[in-house]
Amino acid sequence: MAPDPKKRSQKRSPYTADRGTPGAYEGETITRRSLFTGGALAAGGVATTAFALPALGFALGPLFEDRSRAIFQDVGSTADFNPDAYVPQVITLPDSQGTGEAGKTTVYVREFNPEIDTDKLGYPYVAISTRCMHLGCPVRYVQASKRFICPCHGGVYAADGSVSGGPPVRPLDRFETEVEGDRVLVGDRFSLDSQFQKFSPRDPGEPLDGLWQYLYPPRPTV
Amino acid sequence: MAILPRLGRKPEAPPAESPDIPGVLKRGGNGDKPSGFDREALKKGAAEVPISVAGWLEERLGQTPALKHTLFRKVPGHDWTYTLGFAVLIAFMSQAVTGVFLAMYYDPSPTQAYASAAFITNELFLGEFVRGMHRWGSTVMIVLIFLHMAQTFFYGAYKYPREMNWLIGVILVTLTLAMGLTGYLLPFDQRSFWATIVAVNLNGTGPIIGPYLGDFLRGGADFNAITISRFYAIHMLLIPGLMIALVGAHLYLVTKLGTTAPPWVKARKRRELAKEEI
Repeated sequence: MAPDPKKRSQKRSPYTADRGTPGAYEGETITRRSLFTGGALAAGGVATTAFALPALGFALGPLFEDRSRAIFQDVGSTADFNPDAYVPQVITLPDSQGTGEAGKTTVYVREFNPEIDTDKLGYPYVAISTRCMHLGCPVRYVQASKRFICPCHGGVYAADGSVSGGPPVRPLDRFETEVEGDRVLVGDRFSLDSQFQKFSPRDPGEPLDGLWQYLYPPRPTV
Repeated sequence: MAILPRLGRKPEAPPAESPDIPGVLKRGGNGDKPSGFDREALKKGAAEVPISVAGWLEERLGQTPALKHTLFRKVPGHDWTYTLGFAVLIAFMSQAVTGVFLAMYYDPSPTQAYASAAFITNELFLGEFVRGMHRWGSTVMIVLIFLHMAQTFFYGAYKYPREMNWLIGVILVTLTLAMGLTGYLLPFDQRSFWATIVAVNLNGTGPIIGPYLGDFLRGGADFNAITISRFYAIHMLLIPGLMIALVGAHLYLVTKLGTTAPPWVKARKRRELAKEEI
């Protein structure tokens, strides 16, 4: 059954008087009831947004903070290090300032050795982070086997930090290094894929080979 | 309406300044009568106090039928497993109360957290006991939740019309596990520190949003000064608030929808029908 054309036009009329709303004024397009309902809802929405958005921004803020600190820490003189064996040194992570003991971490440092190192990173010293690339436990260098070994879930790395076995998904992170006079300085952390290509610092457990690097995007500000 | 019933009053009208307490003998008009207590009247008066208090409240709140409906519901069968939900509630209340008192001494800063937790354990009177209740109570609560969940599942209590209650329960068990995770960091010893590192990095292994989730939980790229206070705020403010609201909804639905009969209880046939079949 086709709808009555006259009735339809009445329903579609923008004027409340034409729509037969009781108590309608001439020229009125919205009933007072719906105006006030909409107004009250809008005011409530504005009030809620006014506190929810700043709170959300506050909570998510750390995601967008600038992480490139470019803080270099002195770890010793050039005479303290050699190209063959790692020397463990303790640094404070720039992001972990003010956390006391918890912010300190061990870095294994040695001189760049062209006979072992195949990477083209160009840093004069190799500073390897002890953060396991499985889930972030602290690895330890075992001189006897020339391996980094993680106590938590059995991750094993070769002397250059590449994965020898276990669950880790990429080589151990490194820190930028430079030499100033006879002092060795350790700077920002960076991550590596299995070909020793440099990436911005990522969390453990995030593979960077092939397509994986797109599934684990970098931090927005690095 | 009088709050206290006026009983035991002597025929002589007491002086205006003498308070009218039931059971207390008033000094007479001529002043030579000894004051004292009329024990029987006092007893009677005391017995009526709860009734009049209840009446006073009922007159203002009018909730007696709803309360009766909540507290004196009919439960099909006599099954002790129906008490599991209440056991979880008690465990939650125990966690809430012990948590509030632990919060009075705990300092969620990376340099003070371990020391303040050690102070609670070693120095405070009953500190070790209250902290132990909170620590072991969390495990007890999770065990009880899963027993409660298993009971609901095996009794088929998740079916129509109680699906929403099952869903709320699943959110609640997730929140409880999140409580366990965030609370684990707070003693700030080696175990809790590294367990939290691992847990946050586990979140980081999720593709696309994982890296952002890890940063959100830590409040930065590395474990930093605000991580522990962030976990603390989530542990004692955010999740408990959500849980209290959801527990309320959970209980409301239980009373509204009633309790499921155990699967072995069959609906009884009416006598006449049974006879007809014979």
